[in-house]
Amino acid sequence: MITYPGARRPDRGRRVDAGGLSLATYEWGDPADPPLLLAHGGFDFAGTMDVFAPLLAAGGWRVVSWDQRGHGDSDRAALYRWEADMRDSLAVFASVGDGPIPVVGHSKGGSLMTHVASVMPHLVSAVVNIDGIPSGRNMPDVQDHERTAMIATEVASWLDHRRRTAEAERRPGTLDELAERRAQSNPRLSHEWLRYIATIGAFESADGWRWKIDPSMRMGGFGPFRPEWSLQRVAEVGQPFLAIFATEPEMLGFGTGDADVAPYLPPRGRTATIDGVGHFVHIEAPGPTAELVLEHLEPLRRGAGR
Amino acid sequence: MTGPTIVRHNRIDLALWALRPGTGRPLLLLHGLGEATSLELFPAAEAWPGPIWGLDFTGHGASTIPVGGGYACEQLMADVDAALAEVGPVTVAGRGLGGYVALLVAGGRPALVRGAVIADGPGLSGGGPAPTAPHLGILAPSTSTPDAYALIELNADPRPPDYARHMVALAVAGSGLDEPIAVAAALRPPWLEEVVAQSGVVETDIATALATYAALD
Repeated sequence: MITYPGARRPDRGRRVDAGGLSLATYEWGDPADPPLLLAHGGFDFAGTMDVFAPLLAAGGWRVVSWDQRGHGDSDRAALYRWEADMRDSLAVFASVGDGPIPVVGHSKGGSLMTHVASVMPHLVSAVVNIDGIPSGRNMPDVQDHERTAMIATEVASWLDHRRRTAEAERRPGTLDELAERRAQSNPRLSHEWLRYIATIGAFESADGWRWKIDPSMRMGGFGPFRPEWSLQRVAEVGQPFLAIFATEPEMLGFGTGDADVAPYLPPRGRTATIDGVGHFVHIEAPGPTAELVLEHLEPLRRGAGR
Repeated sequence: MTGPTIVRHNRIDLALWALRPGTGRPLLLLHGLGEATSLELFPAAEAWPGPIWGLDFTGHGASTIPVGGGYACEQLMADVDAALAEVGPVTVAGRGLGGYVALLVAGGRPALVRGAVIADGPGLSGGGPAPTAPHLGILAPSTSTPDAYALIELNADPRPPDYARHMVALAVAGSGLDEPIAVAAALRPPWLEEVVAQSGVVETDIATALATYAALD
């Protein structure tokens, strides 16, 4: 069995039904502790929280995380869309119980949870967003005609990909090969870590291991989405809000920092930056990140009587 | 009439109806939100010289109802592209939601779309230039079309005018046509106002638009 320092598989697992889609859901910590939801980023899965989640659990929380549709061991869907991911998360909320609970999310998961907090405030008591605020900072500043050419390439490529999805399979390989491939988009993370999560996020067939993520999904894409929509939404959050930023730029990072969020930071919001780490803040620096989260949520944990 | 040709798009079986046989470039009809392909041709379509096809979008008509929703117009654009893989270059005419999707596919596959006509119909407006509050109620799976999620999500999808403008630009740049987009709609939501303001777009009636596109090489 492949292990990783500090990693602990979930203490419990279950399935949550989200309107016919079954979501693999996991928990760390004492089930009697107050719950918080922990949302992973795009192309990750709950198992990527195997070091971070136990630290939050040790801080007195019942940590509930799930594989989003098409990711990990959750059902693959026919359609993927932001609002559907939000809606699926509500099924996880409902499975935890009554009353507002804190949410912690990384990257896309952070943005999802921030959005849920802004439109369903009765469900959420506090928000921690770990490098999950797109701002457009990482988007090239181009002329309109150049943007048209970029979109043409993106659209054609995406449509070509969609034509292949009916028969698509992820490329097989050894665990080491899968880890090496993932390193292309996760260059700051160690091979040992990537190999560890491959044992969770991949499955083995006769011809090798494949990442479980739905082969119809691919990074990037196009559409009407504007990063400023996510950024501006921060202003709508009424709960205690903490945005944690990184300093080291990398491909999957949003490049967002204090100055970008400042105009939209809500009255109960604040930011923190962990120096010397990239987009996967909670994996590169799980201890300091967990400390920030636990400090932010401590008033709620004490208020829950634990 | 025999049943539809089934065209596969990822996990969706799309119903592609052969409405009228013929030779030459097909006319592909795209229905509005909540509708299905009408097996009865409207008068302007009757005049089309070649074959005529109609596509039921995901969650509509005889096409698959996906579990859990998650609709976006770009998904429907890819539905149409799956049909293009089956029937080759077409002229597209869409009403309502189908009109917006016709614009998207004219921009996305400009070499395959020999003219796109946008007409009034359900779902023409969409959700406006920016996102509205999302509908987050989990619905019981629909047992018949149209999928309830489709009605909710495709009525609320954001359609920024500049995004529509980019699609016109793609159609103009890639089709080789002077006016690849024809607007025959009376209703003008913001995205369509932006479209008609672009060069490469003609405002006309459906019959004239189809006659013009039918005469293309």
